[in-house]
Amino acid sequence: MLRHIISILIENESGALSRVAGLFSARGYNIESLTVAPTEDPSLSRMTILTSGSDEVLEQITKQLNKLVDVVKVVDLSEAAHVERELMLIKVRATGKDREEMKRMADIFRGRIIDVTESTYVIELTGASSKLDSFIAALDAGLILETVRTGVCGIGRGDRILKV
Amino acid sequence: MISGAEIVIRCLQEEKVDCVFGYPGGSVLHIYDALFKQDQVKHILVRHEQAAVHAADAYSRSSQRVGVALVTSGPGVTNTVTGIATAYMDSIPMVVLTGQVPSFYIGQDAFQECDTVGITRPCVKHNFLVKDVKDLAVTIKKAFHIASTGRPGPVVVDIPKDITAQMCQFDYPKTIQMRSYNPVVKGHLGQIKKAVQILQEAKRPVIYTGGGVILSDAAEQLTRLAHKLNFPVTNTLMGLGGYPATDRQFIGMLGMHGTFEANNAMHYADVILAIGARFDDRVIGNPEHFSEEKRRVIHIDIDPSSISKRVKVDVPIVGNVPDVLEEIVKLMDGGFKTDPDVANWWKQIDEWRGRDSLRYKQSEHIMPQFVMEKLYEVTGGNAFVTSDVGQHQMFAAQYYKFDKPRRWINSGGLGTMGVGLPYGMGVLMANPDAQVACVTGEGSIQMCIQELSTCKQYGFPIKIINLNNGMLGMVRQWQEMFYSKRYSQSYVTSLPDFVKLAEAYGHVGMKIEKPEDVEPALRKAFTEHKNDLVFMDFIIDPGANVFPMVAAGKGLTEMILAEDL
Repeated sequence: MLRHIISILIENESGALSRVAGLFSARGYNIESLTVAPTEDPSLSRMTILTSGSDEVLEQITKQLNKLVDVVKVVDLSEAAHVERELMLIKVRATGKDREEMKRMADIFRGRIIDVTESTYVIELTGASSKLDSFIAALDAGLILETVRTGVCGIGRGDRILKV
Repeated sequence: MISGAEIVIRCLQEEKVDCVFGYPGGSVLHIYDALFKQDQVKHILVRHEQAAVHAADAYSRSSQRVGVALVTSGPGVTNTVTGIATAYMDSIPMVVLTGQVPSFYIGQDAFQECDTVGITRPCVKHNFLVKDVKDLAVTIKKAFHIASTGRPGPVVVDIPKDITAQMCQFDYPKTIQMRSYNPVVKGHLGQIKKAVQILQEAKRPVIYTGGGVILSDAAEQLTRLAHKLNFPVTNTLMGLGGYPATDRQFIGMLGMHGTFEANNAMHYADVILAIGARFDDRVIGNPEHFSEEKRRVIHIDIDPSSISKRVKVDVPIVGNVPDVLEEIVKLMDGGFKTDPDVANWWKQIDEWRGRDSLRYKQSEHIMPQFVMEKLYEVTGGNAFVTSDVGQHQMFAAQYYKFDKPRRWINSGGLGTMGVGLPYGMGVLMANPDAQVACVTGEGSIQMCIQELSTCKQYGFPIKIINLNNGMLGMVRQWQEMFYSKRYSQSYVTSLPDFVKLAEAYGHVGMKIEKPEDVEPALRKAFTEHKNDLVFMDFIIDPGANVFPMVAAGKGLTEMILAEDL
């Protein structure tokens, strides 16, 4: 059960997302995260799906995605060199001695505090998913008020380009 | 400038659509009005939308054209879902035009509104909601293009009522280019060469073909290749007619109710040439048991996702089946020789064949197998046979020998009861002079029985062969074999008098209770009543079961034969 990042170029039509999401649920494939937004060409959307499965399952996922009429291109980014990032916004309690501690933790993880109140911080953190996981693990669970993560997006390194 | 409704009709005319199966309603009134003002596209008014889609589906199955259905929004659409899913499972090209509430009402729970695109999405090849009358013609063009190319399938076009009223210039594109949709047609030459090499080395080969051969009209190429190779050929339920059943090399249908020789050959083969088939659960049984034998698999299919889905394939060839088969034949012209051991393999197959696994015992009652054999004789093997789903379907598949493609019309993938009668209507619209037999049972026929009325209106002379055992036969068979004869809800009481029912609809009814009356009744129906719909109610042996049988989850060689019981 390996982790795979599937990148999809898809026609920016209404319902395109539900076709992809529906395919995954109908065939019992995992979606750990899914992000989608238009590309520099507004007629195309780029979707990134974090999934897992055996080689056979991944082969089927790629084939089934390619079969969707709206899908232009599919690539398994994790097959070769790539970079991946995820953004997290995390709201934490920041009072008393925890206030200084939170600031310090954010600095260590190269996060930024983007909202401050008397009792809370919102910290913005970008990185590989594992880094965001470690940040959460490093905090006192009782101090975390809310987290929101974008899900993974990724891009091939160097000359590896996904374009029409 | 013409209205959106007129554009719809003009598009159908441009696509050379000669008939549409449908049912009117509020959202499609403009379209029906445009339909009224022309006579190029005929309309068949069904009695339930499900039947419209089944009929359009059979129109496609029995011809090389795309069937079209037209229904209204809301319940009109939800009634079509079974038909669309049926066509989708068997990869049948079809265009379903659905009315939708006016675009400015969408999402407001308007009268007869439903999310058509959402409801049909998992069972269509693609679907569209038309949002601008300027996109209407090109969307319909795309729908026909997508439905009929690559691995075919149903396409739904949802058209809001206001769009059908708006005026627009009509311009029908001759061709269509879609950057996101370019099905592969030509097989990879390197792979084809590899396949030819393996075919040469095969000692125990089998050619296993499915619905893909029928859909791509590759029967001729398949027959040529098979004769050149002198390899045994087996068909799936969907593939029957893709290879002549009366040919010596044909070893019968394989799978759950396949012949002893076909299932054994498939299991013990060292090389399988799979063509337009998908190794599904009813065909290979338990995949673990199937993969016990070492073998090499060559798989030709237009759909890459069908390859290596359930069985690991050694040589995948993605392409249009007839073209790939032509390539193989061409490559074989250069000194191709099959292995001499194939002769021993044939000896083994003939030994299996000697078991005569389709033999059955006559009884004092009419045996359903006997009715099928007589149907075959009386129609000279030339009928289009539609069927419903259950024991009768298997008997028809086993005992009617299909020599030609597109003659066997049934719901293989989804297994939809009730398709038989509307399928007959679709076949007759595509092939007006055909002899059509609808093989059914007293359970299935009642699922779309209302279409007897449509058949009267348009004079469809379907011969309904109702194999009546007063039981949901296939359910009963499973309960008998696997549920210690606890016949839970499989006994149908209060059956109608089918003869009177047929007569009430204005048709001819016959009840046949004795074996000796079977043939005369069939002859009478197909000659004297050639132009009538005849409902033949055959009271058959209630204990008749379908054999051979591979129980669900068992391996292909673990067959239960009639002789074992």
